[in-house]
Amino acid sequence: MPETNAPAVATTAAACPECNAEVAFDRAPRRHEIARCRACAAELEVTSTDPLSLELAPEVEEDWGE
Amino acid sequence: MRIAFLHTRIRVEERLLLDELERRGVEIELLHADEAALDITADAPPRPVDALFDRCLSNTKACAIVRAFTSWGVPCVNPPEALENCADKGRTTALLRRAGVPSPRTILAFSPESALDAADDLGYPVVLKPAVGSWGRLVARLRDRDALEAVLEHKATLGGVQHGVIYLQEHVDKPGRDIRAFVVGGRTLCAVARYSEHWITNTARGGRTENVPLTPELDDLCARAARAVDPSDSGDSGGTSSGGGAAALAIDILEHPERGPLVNEVNATMEFRNSIAPTGVDIPAMLVEHVLARAEAGAGAQGAAA
Ligand SMILES: Nc1ncnc2c1ncn2[C@@H]1O[C@H](COP(=O)(O)OP(=O)(O)OP(=O)(O)O)[C@@H](O)[C@H]1O
Ligand SMILES: [Zn+2]
Repeated sequence: MPETNAPAVATTAAACPECNAEVAFDRAPRRHEIARCRACAAELEVTSTDPLSLELAPEVEEDWGE
Repeated sequence: MRIAFLHTRIRVEERLLLDELERRGVEIELLHADEAALDITADAPPRPVDALFDRCLSNTKACAIVRAFTSWGVPCVNPPEALENCADKGRTTALLRRAGVPSPRTILAFSPESALDAADDLGYPVVLKPAVGSWGRLVARLRDRDALEAVLEHKATLGGVQHGVIYLQEHVDKPGRDIRAFVVGGRTLCAVARYSEHWITNTARGGRTENVPLTPELDDLCARAARAVDPSDSGDSGGTSSGGGAAALAIDILEHPERGPLVNEVNATMEFRNSIAPTGVDIPAMLVEHVLARAEAGAGAQGAAA
């Protein structure tokens, strides 16, 4: 099972992989947290918290939903 | 207390739920669906947990993972039956009908030809939906036979095998809104109405959300809809969150101008971010409380079995 990834790290900003603008979080994000870049509107996913890194969020799949 | 938190993405809902779990001092085992590898021939989960809280976006993966944890005696919210009953719209509709819960008239067809005949029977406009899917994706309102024929051809050419089951529904001329009610452990917590200019009122297309007061009729309709998909719900919630069903469900309702409220569908992995403020109900806290109550009930059962 994956390790617990409680938000212990203080980095709360990283560059948008799409447009390089800074994407800031109001608090330390968790891994797999979703954010939207204010500059280019790309949907991003936190892929690591230490160091903070962002990737384009994967496409929604057909069986995703409520 | 140790809870496995099954997830895909940490959205606003998951953050609120994780915050609430942490506030209560619960130990959280974060379980990302894509990172799980479960030895289902083992006698226990990889690490002992008191319950599994499913917030996985992939319905297919959630069903498989929840089945595995259930086989290990771990209480899951939602339990696999409720999850599976809500996953397939045809299945949900049939269960609602069996329980006497009113819903829009629906026909399942299995070829474009029979779907066109079914639509003549239902009358236009007709609503076509993927049997599995959510967030209003690929939900279409067709005004005439030509339009339906075109969409059915696209479906047959571009869709996967699951599109071979064609879910067709009468169009309900609703008053510019739909209603969503939250039922946790057999008890209706609160309800909201979602308004939109678009006929698909439930997705965030600039619509607004307002509180809907819980009348005894609405409460009863929702409790019955929840019971229809949750076999663990005997209907005796006794005013507690653990006495009724094991499930936590969102009931979607369309108001028919003559027939009154019709249950459109039941959602097993509810989204609630826009419903907390208008209702004043702390939905994430209620959900966490329910999961913890299921865990405690499960501990009793496991203790008895051991
Ligand atoms: N038969 C119908 N008549 C009128 N409006 C409908 C009908 N079916 C669906 N709608 C509208 O379209 C919206 C989306 O439909 P539905 O909820 O069935 O799809 P969905 O993809 O399962 O959405 P979700 O899972 O997010 O609730 C409904 O909330 C409602 O506003
Ligand atoms: Zn950007």
